[in-house]
Amino acid sequence: MNTLIFRTVAPLLTVVMLVFSVFVLLRGHNEPGGGFIGGLIAAAAIAIYGIASGPMAVRRAMRAPPLSFAGAGVLLAALAGLLSLPFDVPFLTGLWANIDIDDTKVAISTPMVFDIGVYFVVFGTISAIALGLEDEEGED
Amino acid sequence: MDYAIAALSGVFFVAAIYLLLARSLIRMLLGLALIGNAVNLLILVAGRLTRVVPPIALGHADTPAAGAANPLPQALILTAIVIGFAMFCFLLVLAYRAYQSLEADDTDRMRVAEPRHRPKPPMSY
Amino acid sequence: MTVAACIVLPFVTAALLPLLHRLLGDYAGWIAALVAATGFVALLAVAPGIHGSESMAVAMPWVPSWGIELSFLIDGLSLTFALAISGIGALIFLYASRYLHGHHHQGRFLAFLMAFMGAMQGVVLADSLLALYLFWELTSVTSFLLIGFDHTRPAARRAAVQALVVTGLGGLALLAAGVVMHQLGGQWELSGVAGPLADSALYPLLVGLVLLAAFTKSAQVPFHFWLPNAMEAPTPVSAYLHSATMVQAGVYLVLRMTPHLGGEPLWNTTLMLFGGATLLWGAVAAIKQTDLKQLLAQTTLASLGLLMLLAGIGTELAITGAMLYFVAHALYKAGLFLVAGAIDHGAGTRDVTVLGGLRDPMTLTFIAALLGGAAMLGLPPLAGFFAKEEMYAALVSASWGDALALAVLVAGNGVLGAVALVVALKPFLGQLQPTPIAPHEAPPTMLAGPLLLGLTGAALAFAPDVLLGILVAPATAVILGEAAHAPYLSLNFLSPAFLLSLLTWAVAALVWHRFDALRVRLVEFDRRLGWSFDKGFDALYFGLVNLADQVTRLLHHGRLEFYLLVAFVGLGLAALVPLLVMGGMPGRWPEVDLTFYEWGVVLIALIGLLTVVAARTRLFAILALGVQGVAVATLFLLFGAPDLSFTQFMVEILSVVILALVMTRLNLEPTDKRPLEDWARDGAVALFAGSAVTMLLFAVLEGSLDPRLSDFFNAYSAPVAHGHNVVNVILVDFRGLDTLGEISVVMTAGIAVLALIRGARRLRSAPPAADKPAPRRRTRKGASA
Repeated sequence: MNTLIFRTVAPLLTVVMLVFSVFVLLRGHNEPGGGFIGGLIAAAAIAIYGIASGPMAVRRAMRAPPLSFAGAGVLLAALAGLLSLPFDVPFLTGLWANIDIDDTKVAISTPMVFDIGVYFVVFGTISAIALGLEDEEGED
Repeated sequence: MDYAIAALSGVFFVAAIYLLLARSLIRMLLGLALIGNAVNLLILVAGRLTRVVPPIALGHADTPAAGAANPLPQALILTAIVIGFAMFCFLLVLAYRAYQSLEADDTDRMRVAEPRHRPKPPMSY
Repeated sequence: MTVAACIVLPFVTAALLPLLHRLLGDYAGWIAALVAATGFVALLAVAPGIHGSESMAVAMPWVPSWGIELSFLIDGLSLTFALAISGIGALIFLYASRYLHGHHHQGRFLAFLMAFMGAMQGVVLADSLLALYLFWELTSVTSFLLIGFDHTRPAARRAAVQALVVTGLGGLALLAAGVVMHQLGGQWELSGVAGPLADSALYPLLVGLVLLAAFTKSAQVPFHFWLPNAMEAPTPVSAYLHSATMVQAGVYLVLRMTPHLGGEPLWNTTLMLFGGATLLWGAVAAIKQTDLKQLLAQTTLASLGLLMLLAGIGTELAITGAMLYFVAHALYKAGLFLVAGAIDHGAGTRDVTVLGGLRDPMTLTFIAALLGGAAMLGLPPLAGFFAKEEMYAALVSASWGDALALAVLVAGNGVLGAVALVVALKPFLGQLQPTPIAPHEAPPTMLAGPLLLGLTGAALAFAPDVLLGILVAPATAVILGEAAHAPYLSLNFLSPAFLLSLLTWAVAALVWHRFDALRVRLVEFDRRLGWSFDKGFDALYFGLVNLADQVTRLLHHGRLEFYLLVAFVGLGLAALVPLLVMGGMPGRWPEVDLTFYEWGVVLIALIGLLTVVAARTRLFAILALGVQGVAVATLFLLFGAPDLSFTQFMVEILSVVILALVMTRLNLEPTDKRPLEDWARDGAVALFAGSAVTMLLFAVLEGSLDPRLSDFFNAYSAPVAHGHNVVNVILVDFRGLDTLGEISVVMTAGIAVLALIRGARRLRSAPPAADKPAPRRRTRKGASA
């Protein structure tokens, strides 16, 4: 697997996949896509990078332990739900806000934040598992 | 076409159960991956099949086009796929650890919890 | 108020006693005695208001939604028992403060005993059948704790378990009886059950359940064996629980139920038969004993039998005699047990054959023993005498049954009298015998109990207003359901009853004279017989343990594939049986209208499946797994589920990668085979379960789909939730809480995986434990090459 071509192409591929995963995540509310798929694509990107450059390099690049992304994701999703608290509506009720930047309308909503949380959970968990198994590989 | 896919789901079940009944842990894991697919197909079929049209409201329409697929089973299956995958990873690593500790992937030789010669219960007060 | 003083206060004190004991030492026992005395005084205060069938009732809501109240009732019957419980209790606590002086767990002991007192008061004061059951079980539990107090001795543990098993059985019967009475009477309050229940078809069942509860608690043959073993408990427990109070709970239950269940031949005959048998059994067994406590315990059995017998006779004279006997017995038996404890304390042994001549070193104990012995022998004018008179008078008639009962009573009372002589005289008269420790008098706190109990017994004889007016007549009135005639309390030297009393004393003297010879013969007979109820209990108990072990071994055989076989056969049956039984098997021949590309995908899936199952090598099987997964993903795409399709693609790719990562690490033989018979068996089960699920799915397809939920989601997802992808909106908005739970599960699985991997790393870095084979060195290079 550790051919020169693969090692050269892998970081590039990873970047493309990560960007694509964010694209899939953000368009998910209106077209096919969403947090689950986006997270899986991002995790696959991490796995590929890990196989090419070794898990230690990936960990350095990720800066934080992969599972902490998952934890942050659950927290984000729960906070998105808790935002409904000051508005006196049930937990996880969707809230919307439109922000005008110049002429473009950007819709911010709690379901979107929630979906980002889902993305991080799936991404963090799966890449943690993949990297953990790749660590094993590298050890002996 | 519902019946054909239902039958396919049945075939998935047969293959999955056959693999799950093996004594080799790896085959059991394969069976586990298959039975997940079998159940997902079953849920999809139970919600009736529709060709091609996804449950997405296109353009400025407020509802998906008539004849679009049933969204409910899809939502159920989507979560099932991800959870099933997480569980599969867990069981895979568990099997790997069991193999490391017990030097066996034959379930008959994994008898730490239920040893072949268990002690008799105490016969005193 | 009274109820609070009798029931709530003891439980509160019980919780505090271990702490009090740590602070105050032995004086904690004094506080306990004070609590018991408070209950006694509170009961005495209401006593004048309760005569005839007058009563006081208290109730508070317990489970209001089911209409269950925690109700209590103080009437003549409960008053007598409650007075005995709190009065004797006070003296017992005083005694225990000294008896267990310096014991490491004295605080615990006092707490158990105090909790028992509260529970016992609950039993006699409860009106609600559920409260009665609750307190009844609590007395069983506290009795278990007290018998097993010295838990380092196996004999004590065995006795505790035995008592709990036997009385617990009775407790369950009582609960069942309560439920039946509730069904018949429509309410849980016993006082609300109107009149006799003999007309009901459930009457025999009810009698059986009530008597089972009473007989186990009051140690009637054949459940008697636990009571003598319970003497493993410290002496205050034997004096309190196992003579005066807890074992009387069965008698109380029978007397309490007499107005509702009594007066029928079934009730009376059963009680007389079991009571008489227990009386004779206890009398004969008493002769065999040499231990003072065992002697007394066996006579307690006999006395309990006697009380049941009297309850079975059920006439006014018999019930009056029973109440008199209960009062007299509670006083003298508790006193004599305390005497036995004092002798043990002062002389170091309880073996009656080696004791003698203690009258000089232990004069006060001797006096207490004489008072108790006289009451037990039933000498006039003590209450025991009148009790005997009443019961004899009740049976003087021409009928053969009465004559038989009379003979049993005379013989039983005679042996009890002989035992009274042995206990009261043998240790004290004659030559001073050498004892393990130099004989000395017990301290005042230990003498107060037996002396006061003996003196009270004597004093009651001269206070008929108290004895009859408070203790006996109101209770009799409750039991017989009418204002009972004042029973006669006069000496009549010409009545047939008095002649029978003379006969009783003659029997007592005769048995006493030949006591040792009789003992030798009876013990020899027992030895030849070689069987006892006690051993029978052991056989039953361990038989049960063995059976449980066998069943466990049968079901938990440790073969995973058989567990799974059972599960999958069960799955198949669960799917098929309802279809077959209730109808609904799919009958229509399915129409298959797939397009050619759909056929292609299905074909690929089938080929993938077949390859996974039949693959020779594992790596090949894993690749085939990817093939079928991709086929399924394509199917999702074809049937309008692009989200599913993409997710499935990603999952399948990751699965194959991860499986391959792990697989290359296992150093296994590349192929594995299942034996032919396994192959056939597993195949058959898989086919069965798979087709059953398919049948179920076909049946579902023949039915109609309820589209309401899907329609709701379709209609509201864009206008309300501002999302056009309905599936995504369901996940992150409509059913967001489910998704939140799901991602938590996903993260938890991740944590578990990492924990497993790190655990493996630690295992490898640690040196191999001595008793485990060292992990085989995996030839990684060979596998990856």
